[in-house]
Amino acid sequence: MIKLIKFILLILFLILSFQKLSMANNNSSQVDKISKNLRCLICQGQSVYDSQSDFALSMKILINNKIKEGKSEKQIYDYLKNQYGEWIVYDPEFNKKNIILWLFPLILFIFGGLLIYRKVFIN
Amino acid sequence: MKKNIFYLILLLFFTFIFSVFYIGLDKPNFYTPKEVKNSSLEEFTSNELFSNEQLNSKDIIENNKFTLVNIWASWCVPCRLEHSVLMDISEKANLNIIGLNYKDKKNNAIKFLNELGNPFSKVLTDPDGIISISLGAYGVPETFLLNNKSRVIKKYIGPLTKDNILEIKKIIK
Repeated sequence: MIKLIKFILLILFLILSFQKLSMANNNSSQVDKISKNLRCLICQGQSVYDSQSDFALSMKILINNKIKEGKSEKQIYDYLKNQYGEWIVYDPEFNKKNIILWLFPLILFIFGGLLIYRKVFIN
Repeated sequence: MKKNIFYLILLLFFTFIFSVFYIGLDKPNFYTPKEVKNSSLEEFTSNELFSNEQLNSKDIIENNKFTLVNIWASWCVPCRLEHSVLMDISEKANLNIIGLNYKDKKNNAIKFLNELGNPFSKVLTDPDGIISISLGAYGVPETFLLNNKSRVIKKYIGPLTKDNILEIKKIIK
C-alpha cells in the first residue's frame, strides 16, 4: 500500500515538474521570439536576441516580466515603441512615411506581370 | 516609337535607382536616437541605496514640480566627468535630483558618492536595468527631466554639459 502511494506521489511530482518546465520553456521561447523582432539600439546590425550588451540583457528581462504580467506580444511592441520610437522594431509600420517601401514591390510586381502578359498573350 | 519610349522609361528608372543608391553611399549609417515625444515613466518601486527602504516612483516625483533623474554607475567613466556638473546644479538650482544607480555594486556606488559628493536627494537602485529601459534609456549616463505627472520633458543622452544645465534652468524657471 505504501509503495503504491509512493508511486502515485512520484508520478504526480513528475507530471507537475514537467508542467512547470514546459511553462518556463514557453515563456523563454516567447522572449526569444519577441527579442528577435527587436533591434538592439546600441549595437550595429544585431537584434536584442543576438546581443549580449547590457541594454539587450535588460530588455530580455523586461520582456520576460511583461509576459509574466500577462501582456500580449502586440502590447509589448507598442510599449517599447512608445519608449524608443518605431525604430526599435524590425517590421516597419504601414504609414505615410513608409508607403513607398510597402507599395513599391507591389507596383513592380504588377508592372512585371503586365509586361509578361503583353509578351505572352498580345504578341 | 513605342519601343523607344519603353527604353527611355527603363533608362530613367535605372538612373533613378542608381542615383538613390549613390547618394545613400555617402550618408553615414550611424544610428542617433531621436527624442521620443510624450513618453512617460511607468510607476515603479525600487530600493534606496543608503537606507535600503523601498520607495515608489510616484511618491518621489509627484511632490515636486520638476524632477531630474540621472542614470549613473560607479564603473562608468563619463559619469565621473559629469558629476561636477550635477553637483553644481544641485547647489544652485531648486530642483529635485534623483539618482538611478544602474547595474552597480552597493559598496562601489557609496564609495563613488563619498569621494565625489552626493548631488541626489534620493538614490534608487536599478540592479537589472529594467527601470532604465522603462524610462527609455540606452545606457549610462543619461538624464531625464520629468514633470510632476511623470512625463519626460527633456532627455539627455551622454554626460550632461554646462549648456544642458542652462537649458534645464530655463525650463524649470
